[in-house]
Amino acid sequence: MSSELRYTANTQLEHLHARYTGTGHADLSKYEWITHQHRDTLASILGHPTLASYLAIADGEAIGRVRFEMTERMLQPCGPPPRKEDD
Amino acid sequence: MHLYNLTLQPPTAIIQAIVGNFSGIRQQEIIVSHGTRLELLRPDPQTGKIATIIATDAFGSIRSLAAFRLTGGTKDYAIVGSDSGRIVILDYDPKTSSFVKLHQETFGKSGARRIVPGQFLATDPKGRSVMIAAAEKAKLVYILNRDAAANLTISSPLEAHKNSAIIHHIIGVDVGFENPMYAALEVDYSEADQDPTGEVFNKTEKMLTYYELDLGLNHVVRKWSEPTDPRANMLVQVPGGQLASSERYDGPSGVLVCCEDHIIYRHIDVPQHRIPIPRRQNALEDPNRGVIITAAVMHKMKGAFFFLLQSEDGDLFKVTIEHEEEEVKSVKIKYFDTVPVASSLCILKSGFLFVASEFGNHYLYQFQKLGDDDNEPEFSSTSYPSFGMADPSSPLPRAYFKPRPLENLAIADEIESLDPIIDSKVLNILPNSDTPQIFTACGRGSRSTFRTLRHGLEVEESVSSELPGIPNAVWTIKTSEDEAHDSYIILSFVNGTLVLSIGETIEEVQDTGFLSSSPTIAVQQIGADALLQVHPHGIRHVSADKRVNEWRVPQGKTIVTATTNKRQVVVALSSAELVYFELDLDGQLNEYQERKAMGSTVLALSIGAVPEGRQRTPYLAVGCEDQTVRIISLDPDTTLETLSLQALTAPPSSICIADMLDASINKSQPTMFVNIGLQTGVLLRTVLDPINGQLTDTRTRFLGTRPIKLIRVTVHGNPAILALSSRSWINYTHQNLMHFTPLIYDNLDYAWSFSAELNPEGLIGIAGNVLRIFTIPKIGTKLKQDSIPLDYTPRKMITHPENHYFYMVEGDHRVYSEEAINKKLKELKSQGKKIDQEILDLPPTEFGRPKAPAGTWASNIRIIDPIEGKTVGVFPLDNNEAAFSIAVVPFSARGSELHLVVGTSQDTTVSPRTCTTGFLRTYKFLNDGAGLELMHKTETDDVPMALLAFQGKLLAGVGKSLRIYDIGKKKLLRKVENKMFTTGIITLATQGSRIIVGDMQESVQYVVYKSPENRLLTFADDAQPRWVTALTMVDYNTVIAGDRFGNVFVNRLDSKVSDQVDDDPTGAGILHEKSILMGAPHKTKMLAHFHVGDIITSFHKASLVAGGKEVIVYTGLHGTIGILLPFVSKEDVDFISTLEQHMRTEQPSVVGRDQLAWRGYYVPVKSVVDGDLCETYAQLPAAKQSAIANELDRTVGEVLKKLEQMRVTASGF
Repeated sequence: MSSELRYTANTQLEHLHARYTGTGHADLSKYEWITHQHRDTLASILGHPTLASYLAIADGEAIGRVRFEMTERMLQPCGPPPRKEDD
Repeated sequence: MHLYNLTLQPPTAIIQAIVGNFSGIRQQEIIVSHGTRLELLRPDPQTGKIATIIATDAFGSIRSLAAFRLTGGTKDYAIVGSDSGRIVILDYDPKTSSFVKLHQETFGKSGARRIVPGQFLATDPKGRSVMIAAAEKAKLVYILNRDAAANLTISSPLEAHKNSAIIHHIIGVDVGFENPMYAALEVDYSEADQDPTGEVFNKTEKMLTYYELDLGLNHVVRKWSEPTDPRANMLVQVPGGQLASSERYDGPSGVLVCCEDHIIYRHIDVPQHRIPIPRRQNALEDPNRGVIITAAVMHKMKGAFFFLLQSEDGDLFKVTIEHEEEEVKSVKIKYFDTVPVASSLCILKSGFLFVASEFGNHYLYQFQKLGDDDNEPEFSSTSYPSFGMADPSSPLPRAYFKPRPLENLAIADEIESLDPIIDSKVLNILPNSDTPQIFTACGRGSRSTFRTLRHGLEVEESVSSELPGIPNAVWTIKTSEDEAHDSYIILSFVNGTLVLSIGETIEEVQDTGFLSSSPTIAVQQIGADALLQVHPHGIRHVSADKRVNEWRVPQGKTIVTATTNKRQVVVALSSAELVYFELDLDGQLNEYQERKAMGSTVLALSIGAVPEGRQRTPYLAVGCEDQTVRIISLDPDTTLETLSLQALTAPPSSICIADMLDASINKSQPTMFVNIGLQTGVLLRTVLDPINGQLTDTRTRFLGTRPIKLIRVTVHGNPAILALSSRSWINYTHQNLMHFTPLIYDNLDYAWSFSAELNPEGLIGIAGNVLRIFTIPKIGTKLKQDSIPLDYTPRKMITHPENHYFYMVEGDHRVYSEEAINKKLKELKSQGKKIDQEILDLPPTEFGRPKAPAGTWASNIRIIDPIEGKTVGVFPLDNNEAAFSIAVVPFSARGSELHLVVGTSQDTTVSPRTCTTGFLRTYKFLNDGAGLELMHKTETDDVPMALLAFQGKLLAGVGKSLRIYDIGKKKLLRKVENKMFTTGIITLATQGSRIIVGDMQESVQYVVYKSPENRLLTFADDAQPRWVTALTMVDYNTVIAGDRFGNVFVNRLDSKVSDQVDDDPTGAGILHEKSILMGAPHKTKMLAHFHVGDIITSFHKASLVAGGKEVIVYTGLHGTIGILLPFVSKEDVDFISTLEQHMRTEQPSVVGRDQLAWRGYYVPVKSVVDGDLCETYAQLPAAKQSAIANELDRTVGEVLKKLEQMRVTASGF
């Protein structure tokens, strides 16, 4: 935990979460965690040219198409969230 | 273990290309990003050829590039978005020929992260600001300006973040001189993330948002945001703004939104225009599949503009916008031409189109016309109700075009690219070669190739003619010094001399004044317009009016060797005396009064060319039989005094003094090199100190088995040296650094430069009794490529132990096989559909193949003869089967008869990886391996991704299980199985009874086969998960592997464990050992780790030079070929790693990435020295070089020599 967090943990935590998308917290649900993981992975594939080429070769698609479908998948990579129990 | 990593062939894939006037001159240049490398290319508008100006390793991953020019400026700058968490502005400095970092602004963490900008770059067309964005949320705007001294300035960043917005694309909107505006294509996921019903997800809109940078308030505001097509993927800038002078609008401004199947023109508060993306009229097209645009370029000409958009099939469409002032009247689209699918398109003002292909070779096309008046159908937004936007949610009626060969473009140049290398082999197969070749399976889809790579420069032969006898030397000569081209070719035979004149034809001439009855030792065009011939009995000085002055050798002596330049002549007599002549101001050749006795027979002489504006060159190099080379002064004050002496290991055969530029020694001036060729085939290169004539910095190199001949020539305008031994080599300057490369050509006995009108920069050589005239077309690429076309993406290839053929499996996803095509066409014909055969017959190499639905495969087994360079046989697979693995197995049950086993699978889906059935196809070899006969097919439950011959049986990695099969009559018989692998076996290696398994996600595992108990047991694995792509065994306990993220690592098993496992006869011990970390009972130790930056596709243990030590050769997906060589001594490790440390501080990355962090991207770098970084030592300024050398207690020369030695002894490159 950074010193920034240690002293002002609660007041700052929310702010930090808003700032650093993808950071986990104690109450993170499984769905949220896996969705973050997938989005991070997809963003990493987009960001590393070799990975995008690798997938394009395997799938027989143009790199542009692979990138597009990856970006599209970032919207909801793991399907809709589970229903809340109290619903 | 310590390794030294050296890239022999940097990646050739182009990720992005930008065009601009980076040198600040009128000529346009292209900067390309090879992912980890930046290269500046200059297309020559006259010849249409592309030349590389510089290439720099970035030591980081370049993700985006943009060119921009400050308002009113004439020079473009390059902005680089990378994984360094920094934005970098680069300026190309033509004086030093390097990229200079003007600004480097840090904004975030390093790494290609989701919310750290670097993924997208957009610039304001007027060069006032730049936006850099991440894949999600983050967008930063920097204001660019110039200060009072006209230097470029950059502001602090302004945020334009939008939380939980996925960014598809950003672009600068052309608004003239109003506040800079950016358009972004975004999707917000926050609401969809909260809705369990999935309704919101279906309704989530893709927004086209304009961000305005208010220059007055220094603030970015969201100006406008409107939903657009949910399948939009790209934005293209439309020109806009007013010209200050004419008040005429450049264009309507706004953006083209490229969506699946159509393109929409949009701008704030104006009607939208929608046009369809035309589709190919192919009977085999999948009607459910949309077409997207993957590359686009806009080109502005005087008063007009157009767009070229490329679809994912490679078709270029020309889009034009008709407008009145700011009002768009119509948007039109028509088919233009088909070129390879590009990662970037660049249009040059000189009428060229640069296509940076996403896979395979890159092309430069010249525009023949702009497709203005042809019969292509044009689709206009006006022909649809409300400009095609009557019902935005439903598609427009489909538009079709007929693809055809190039009409508007013509190929001007081609840049060879290995990208992607899928598999390779390192072998010495070709005849007359003492070094191995690299055979690579490259490319994707119909543009795949099998390439043979040989180290050396390509030679283009223009003339080859037989001579009556075997000459021993050849020269060309001009008749006077101001002539542009050579006039005569002089051939010296054992008993005479032949003079040929160069004109329309080449014919013999008699009246040149040359003595034809005697052999010739040297010829020279001397003084203004005189000629000189040195023959064994004298020197003939032929003046322009054909008067001959002859100096005769004293009785009983002959001339043994001579050297000449424009003003000086030195001959060595058989009495071991040197005679020196110099031209006086009247053009008379005067002998120096004294002769110098050398005391030992002179074998070789050399003087350099007369320096510009001087009377003479002051140094003469004399090589004597007593194994020495002496430097003798020719200065008037100290004429013929010996200045220095160098002892040799063998008698010299040839010496050549040449002034050549080598920036590692002297940045500004050419260095005087004395090259000494020995009779043993060793070449010594020493530097001659111009002040005192001392010889320093000796480097040696073995060239071949014959005595060396050295000849000074000119290549690409620069002095170069040809060194002829059992191979021909050339020593030349390229990008200011010295290179030494063999020529891929017949052995030459003698050579000289040759210049004629048609061939201004040629070389002439003799090989036996054949006279050859040739040129060296490209000096940048050191690997000569010969390629054979393939049908589909190669997957794996293997060699045969007894013949020289390669057996390859190739296969493509989403492609119909021949069989499927015929079936489909028959079906369509029976339905009465018309089929345009012309379109079906278009060559797939240029047009690709129609895209089939996922799960459709086309696959072949191919036999290639690498010596003849042709395909010997192709065996297509039927029933939607695709081949993934191949092995040659000597089944001991069949008396070790060799069989080919191919692992295939039917109806394979890529993700998740499944198939209906896998097969192991067993073939018999026919006709000495040139044919195959299918024996039987064995069904498997998963895709067999890895096959290997193992102890007279077949070892197969089938999905998650490892099996051993033996051959049977009707099938292969499963003998043993181990199903304990986690994800999927993708590669195998073996030694003895040990098997190394590379798992798709779970790193490298050591397995042992215990034959008495018939058990396959995993006894050791890696503590880390690794997504292995390739591996090879370095020794019995050590394995080197590469993973999908570009890492190379070496794992070693403890030798105690190894012995213990081997000593256990039944394997019962291993079976009952406790597992560690839920894996095998033993763990391997990681010895070395290094991030190469390219996905490794193959490893080989091979020696690249004759008699050299073994190194690890690897190939990378993007076309990288590199080596890892082990250090021999501890001193070397200390020395090179200290040098590396210094280089890290002295040579910061051009993209601002920390080199140490880059090489330790995923795991800290361990025991590997980055040779590419160390070699940039040669490019450092002299002061820094000597500072580092001082720290290392060495001289600059010693450091350079060590670096060169590392490279040369390991690779010969």
